Amino acid sequence: MSSFWSAWIIVITLGTLIALMILLRWNMTNYTGIEEGEPMGHTFDGIEELNNPLPKWWTILYWLCFAWGFIYLALYPGLGNYKGLLGWTSSNQGVLSLEESRLAVEKARAEGMNVQYDRERMHADDKYGPIFQQYASLSIEDIAKEPEAVKIGQRLFLQNCAQCHGSDARGSQGFPNLTDGVFNWGGEPHQIFTTIMQGRNAVMAPWVDALGEQGVVEVATYVLSLNGRNVDRDAARAGEQQFAICSACHGADGKGNTALGAPDLTNNVWLYGGSQKAVEDTIRHGRNGVMPSWEHILGEDKVKILAGYVLSLNAE
Amino acid sequence: MNQTNSQPVDYNLKVVKQFTIMTIVWGIVGMSVGVLIAAQLVWPALNFDTPWLTYGRLRPLHTNAVVFAFGTSALFATAYYVVQKTCHVRLFSDRLAAFTFWGWQAVIVAAVISLPMGFTTTKEYAELEWPISILIAVVWIGVMVVFFGTMANRRTSHIYVANWFYGAFMITVAMLHIGNNLAIPVSFMKSYSIYSGAVDAMMQWWYGHNAVGFLLTAGFLGMMYYFVPKQAERPVYSYRLSIVHFWALICIYIWAGPHHLHYTALPDWAQSVGMVMSVILFVPSWGGMINGIMTLSGAWHKLRTDPILRFLIVSLSFYGMSTFEGPMMAIKSVNALSHYTDWTVGHVHSGALGWVAMISIGAIYHLIPILFDRQRMYSIKLINTHFWLHTIGVVLYIVALWISGVTQGLMWGAVNSDGTLTYSFVESLQASYPFYFVRFIGGLFVVTGMLIMAYNVYRTTRSDVVRKSEPLVAAQTA
Repeated sequence: MSSFWSAWIIVITLGTLIALMILLRWNMTNYTGIEEGEPMGHTFDGIEELNNPLPKWWTILYWLCFAWGFIYLALYPGLGNYKGLLGWTSSNQGVLSLEESRLAVEKARAEGMNVQYDRERMHADDKYGPIFQQYASLSIEDIAKEPEAVKIGQRLFLQNCAQCHGSDARGSQGFPNLTDGVFNWGGEPHQIFTTIMQGRNAVMAPWVDALGEQGVVEVATYVLSLNGRNVDRDAARAGEQQFAICSACHGADGKGNTALGAPDLTNNVWLYGGSQKAVEDTIRHGRNGVMPSWEHILGEDKVKILAGYVLSLNAE
Repeated sequence: MNQTNSQPVDYNLKVVKQFTIMTIVWGIVGMSVGVLIAAQLVWPALNFDTPWLTYGRLRPLHTNAVVFAFGTSALFATAYYVVQKTCHVRLFSDRLAAFTFWGWQAVIVAAVISLPMGFTTTKEYAELEWPISILIAVVWIGVMVVFFGTMANRRTSHIYVANWFYGAFMITVAMLHIGNNLAIPVSFMKSYSIYSGAVDAMMQWWYGHNAVGFLLTAGFLGMMYYFVPKQAERPVYSYRLSIVHFWALICIYIWAGPHHLHYTALPDWAQSVGMVMSVILFVPSWGGMINGIMTLSGAWHKLRTDPILRFLIVSLSFYGMSTFEGPMMAIKSVNALSHYTDWTVGHVHSGALGWVAMISIGAIYHLIPILFDRQRMYSIKLINTHFWLHTIGVVLYIVALWISGVTQGLMWGAVNSDGTLTYSFVESLQASYPFYFVRFIGGLFVVTGMLIMAYNVYRTTRSDVVRKSEPLVAAQTA
């Protein structure tokens, strides 16, 4: 901040405190010309005010609080640009990118600053990093068989993943079930790992303009017929004629394509619901699925353990 | 008594009466909505799958109703009464006073309609959209003209301390309200704040905390300074203490907002200054409590027989407790535990139900017989019942949320040996369940008390109590 605003903050902060100390000191003397404990001489609707002195314990407490305030403002940043004797700051402020953050951390460390966030992170990395690193050399398949690692993975899952995928990882509408062996982006260990690390964007386009309302119903009927449902055969046959439009992503046989995240439409697993109406809605309006990227939040070691945990849920 | 005070004055009690009655009505409405949303936290089905009844829309309705409908009506009623009595002059303008009453009711009705419909600025305690915000500003300035105009016409040499506090509350809340609500309207019921990012957050909590500081503290201290000495029939304990704590309170409170934003994107310097001021604030806050409670010296025995005085004095105890708790919670390391937990909600309610509601209820029981020209309230016994219901309700409420809040804070911070968090969020929510039920019961006690009060007031205003031959003298003593 500019030196003007810094000075402004210092002046009004200290000015307020000093003015209040003067007021306190002044009122500790009896300047009223009236004896202590006697009425002040003015009455308001019958209410009188006595000229009692300030309670002594209260004034002592007040002075102590002032003293503590000045000490705190000497030690910590508070008075404008003044940094405080301890060189403490909560975080590297004003940082706008990861690169800036990295440089700020290095600079603060070189200057011997006490940046609480960096310090706590470093402390956590030093203390807990080795616990995660010991699994770094293992393959994801081996992690999935390591009970201790699976337990850690479950904890990570409950804090970071359960919000969408549920505490039991069974998902809910729009959020995939991670225990049924069905993975739209591939269930190989490295594929699960990539999904968590980089996130995924799944896009199903809306088709009502291309297919028309009747076409939507027919295609939906055909898709349901692929899952062994009892459907209107004529509608399903009509839908099959139009399925070519879908096969670009879902394949001619409707078995999907993990490279595109296009779901298998024949396994009776429905991310957005499997009723006639839900499938129609999906075709009519399209769907957007977003899995965020966790690389910069959790780091590679933890993501690997998470991938192992998810794999372990599909073991049998 | 001063010579000037002996001449009878024709006070404007009509507007006082109107605001007093509406205080009771809005108190029941606002607190009932509070009980409903407390019940929703235990039984979520109680929103009946209706958007208008969801927690997210009713919660701002609850806060607005208790702060601005119940609390502020109580403040306007008593400010209009106290300023007339202590300045020994009729209100500055009857027509403007009537405008402020109807204007304020219009604001409240607009809130009751627009908030459940989902119109909101999303700023806590300042949710009302821009047309209503403007109406608030207009009415508020009207109230200030009436109040300060009356004070300018006063027939007493000095300005009584209660009026300092009422005056400070009115000026500061006007400044806060207008400052925080500056926004650019994009349609009839939608606007965008002119502030953004950390500045917006700072403005919001500069407003938010000082709504607490000036409306719910300074304003009600004004009420305390009149009704406690009046009901106790004792002189105010210390004139000099009132000077020191008044100026200290208003000078320091205005700095306290940043403690709502500890460990956020707010710059460190602002967090530090906010914390230092919040902690020092503890002492001047207690100045008001000392002055109120010590006013009773020599009349302690009255607490045994007078439940109205009991309301007033216990409110000061809750005031002392929450103004100790608040500065402690403003300390960063304590805040790291308490912030975002139910502890904060419990703290607010020990202030709102313990201090604000109890002092208002005491003042109303004092006022009703005077305003309706009665010897006393219909039933002193029912006042006593109300007192115990309310006190038990408040204690249940705040103790439940203390336990729930500290439990949440500890669960959120608990770490396993591998550095992962021990509990997921939903586990802390499950742990809070029993306390949400206790809080709901506490709320029921409070609302039941309010209903008893409404009945007692109704019977008093009917012909169940003897008329007073000589109006405008404190009634229920002797």
